[in-house]
Amino acid sequence: MRAFLTNTIGGTLRPLANPRMSVGVGILLALVLLGLVGPMFVDVRLSEPISVRTNQPPSWAHPLGTDSGGRELIAVMIAGTPQTLKMGILAGFIGVLIGTFLGLISGYFGGWTDRIISAVTDTMLTIPPLAILLVVAAAVRAVNVESMALIIASLSWMYAARVVRAQTLSLREQSYVQMARLSGMGHMRILLAEIFPNMVPIAFASLVGATSGAILSGMGLEVLGLGPQNVPTLGMTIYWALLYAAFSRGMWWWWTPPVLILVLLFLALFLISSALDDFANPRLRSSR
Amino acid sequence: MIDAPLLSINDLSVSYAIGNERARAVDGLSLTLGAGQRLGIVGESGSGKSTLALALMRLHKPPAMIDSGQILLGGTDILRLDQGALRKFRWSEVALIPQGAMNALNPVIKVREQMADTIRAHRRDMSARDINKRIDELLVRVGLSTSVAGLYPHELSGGMKQRVCIALAIVLEPKLIIADEPTSALDVVVQRVVIETLKDVQAQIGAAMIMIGHDMGLMAQSVDHLAVMYAGRLVDQAPIREFFRRPLHPYSQLLISSLPSPDETRPLAGIPGMQPSLLDLPAGCAFHPRCPLVQPICREVMPPLETVEPHRRVACHVVAEAYNVRA
Amino acid sequence: MSAPDLLNLEGVTVTFGGGIHKAPFVALEDLSLSIPTGAPEIIAVAGESGSGKTTLGRVILGLTKPVRGRVAFDGADIWATGAVHSRGYLRSVQAVFQDPFSVFNPFYPVEHLLRAPLKMFGIARGRAEQDERITTALRQVGLKPEQVVGRYPHQLSGGQRQRIVVARALMLRPRLIVADEPVSMIDASLRANVLENLRALRDEHGISILYITHDLATARQVSNRLYVLYRGRAVEIGAAGDVIGAPKHPYTQLLMSSIPRPDPDAPWPAEHVRKGEIGTSDRAACVFLDRCPHRMPICAKQPPDFMLGDGRAVSCYLYSDGRSETAAA
Repeated sequence: MRAFLTNTIGGTLRPLANPRMSVGVGILLALVLLGLVGPMFVDVRLSEPISVRTNQPPSWAHPLGTDSGGRELIAVMIAGTPQTLKMGILAGFIGVLIGTFLGLISGYFGGWTDRIISAVTDTMLTIPPLAILLVVAAAVRAVNVESMALIIASLSWMYAARVVRAQTLSLREQSYVQMARLSGMGHMRILLAEIFPNMVPIAFASLVGATSGAILSGMGLEVLGLGPQNVPTLGMTIYWALLYAAFSRGMWWWWTPPVLILVLLFLALFLISSALDDFANPRLRSSR
Repeated sequence: MIDAPLLSINDLSVSYAIGNERARAVDGLSLTLGAGQRLGIVGESGSGKSTLALALMRLHKPPAMIDSGQILLGGTDILRLDQGALRKFRWSEVALIPQGAMNALNPVIKVREQMADTIRAHRRDMSARDINKRIDELLVRVGLSTSVAGLYPHELSGGMKQRVCIALAIVLEPKLIIADEPTSALDVVVQRVVIETLKDVQAQIGAAMIMIGHDMGLMAQSVDHLAVMYAGRLVDQAPIREFFRRPLHPYSQLLISSLPSPDETRPLAGIPGMQPSLLDLPAGCAFHPRCPLVQPICREVMPPLETVEPHRRVACHVVAEAYNVRA
Repeated sequence: MSAPDLLNLEGVTVTFGGGIHKAPFVALEDLSLSIPTGAPEIIAVAGESGSGKTTLGRVILGLTKPVRGRVAFDGADIWATGAVHSRGYLRSVQAVFQDPFSVFNPFYPVEHLLRAPLKMFGIARGRAEQDERITTALRQVGLKPEQVVGRYPHQLSGGQRQRIVVARALMLRPRLIVADEPVSMIDASLRANVLENLRALRDEHGISILYITHDLATARQVSNRLYVLYRGRAVEIGAAGDVIGAPKHPYTQLLMSSIPRPDPDAPWPAEHVRKGEIGTSDRAACVFLDRCPHRMPICAKQPPDFMLGDGRAVSCYLYSDGRSETAAA
């Protein structure tokens, strides 16, 4: 078990040496920290509507100004960033979990199991997710961050399933899998103990991709006003800014911060996933 | 060898960066090769023979790096060519048949197209008609029917694919052909056909050849000089007949005696121990921990490669002693 | 008949693919082979790729089910009795594969390969007992446990890795080992050690070995009997020394003459066999027909039976004046 752990940890930490990885992780940590440390300096209750004077430009009292609904924007950012992140990571995690499970099963067992799972995966991939999300989100009235994550995950697991299935197909043919059969291991044990550990880097890489995908889908819903209504999020801020025509009224302080944070967030996730790509794909790694 | 060699490698060193350390995969190697000669280079995996093959064409990739040395081909120092000159030089002067070449053919492009691409890349002025004529001629030369040109690589057997690779290598009639394990993964019957084809075309176009491998039997049938590498260094070099009749370096002796013979049953003799890590070479002669003839000096002083007979060079204290070449 | 044979294959045929308009690919045709109980031997199976030698190994390991024929272990048909799925069979018949790298899961240190079967077959439950068995087995194949335990596969040489695989087989005390090209990917200087290990498995531990190879030289050094396969059929069978020393079938002769001898003064003999690679002639005739230098009209009419006696069998009409036998040795 100790060797198991050192190998896993070694395998997960090795890519940290990559500069892109450290910058990406750095930005991500800074954003998390913003949500953790921010509340000590700023009263996050001011992110509720009608808690401050409306339409104030940035000033010492309100560093990022206030919006037309009477929210203090710095409080909204501090309260909203962790919510957006939480939704993204949760959705990404659930999606990758479902995808990895189905991908492993369908790649390893093949035959009818594979045909059915692949057919479902491919069908789901052809459906535009935003269309379904719109219908579902409109039908489910009381959305909160968790249920939104679940809805998004249920429509994004296919990517992970495809990648994991392809990889399982190739790992299944490795002699060590045959050797495990000859060692008397059952199928489930082979899947979990022999194949899954080698899937961790790939699953992790698709987790990063799935997270940014989920944040993007979440944004889409929120900007359309279908997100959680009672929690401040970055997308909801943009929704209100659009609704109250912040652009044409010159209220740049309203929409700039959420857009900036989102750009940083995507940059961080992109850097991490490209560093992980290097790591998971030795051919890219060697041609530095 | 002869007065003006086609190829002369002088004190070539290639190393790999591994973490903060550098591993010398090729260490101070010098050799010469005359026009039309066939040289075999043998060694265990990790002895540096494949690194040498790539470095000769400057196809090595980071973390491999050429530290020092000269590679002169027909008077041009390959290591001093700029990228443009290097591109022209590759293939037209030196062609490489890399290890596993047959698997490098694109399976979804017909043989004719792949060959035409290579010709076009170097001979822009050639007409489509001439190119096709040339392709047919090359295929016949390697013993294939011209109809092979219309097939996809996946429709060919391993031996046929390897012969297509040979045809690709001689497209521009290079002066030197480097073949890295040209028959690994081929069956014994096909292996013979491929090697004979390679020798035939090499003789026809008058090119010199460097063949890299580990099969001593194949070397005996294919080359006229043999060089042995061990842990990055050239340790033994001799004309092929002398090499097998009277191997000098203890490592060469063991390589020959460890060959299982199909013609008689005898106890199997391996070489004890294993090749050292390039990052952790023993002091003195790198082979001394496995050497049956080891002397105290071998543990301390690295033996230089010395000419002991015309055309024979050996890096071994014991041999040098016997030949009395040491001052 | 006293004790049943350890392994008995009768008329085993394996085909792949095929459809309404396409004949299936015949990987193995009507192959019979038996290994007696109590007299361990190494049986070499030689041939080119496509000869069916790897399929034969997979049939014996229970990884491929024949379309016709019977595979019996200890006298019982493994597919009819379902024994092929039992742990007992898995343990009795073990494998050593060609590539000593891919049999190791890169995720685990190398001893994982030895510990897993100890656990699964319930041979040693406690960790201490497992460790002890592992170190003993490693020592038996000439490895120093402290130099390999805890290492990852890429940190060891091919020879060391293959010896760990042999150690695994040894530790499980199987009764039969299928070794598929166990030394073809190992440096020549290290081959002897692995082959020596195989020989020791037979001589000291009484384990029979099916040695699948394309290399007749190593086959001659370690094996008792030799089967030469061509396009799924056995073409020559006999004592390894006899067959290799004086090959009778034109195909075996071709194989022997193609071996590059490590002697520049013994070049490849002039080619007496038609150029070309593995043939495609009609399976209703002799499979070697299109490459054979000695072909006769009868060769195209029907495949030859096994000829000759004294434990030697050649499937070739050149020897039809000899005694004809329907079954192989």
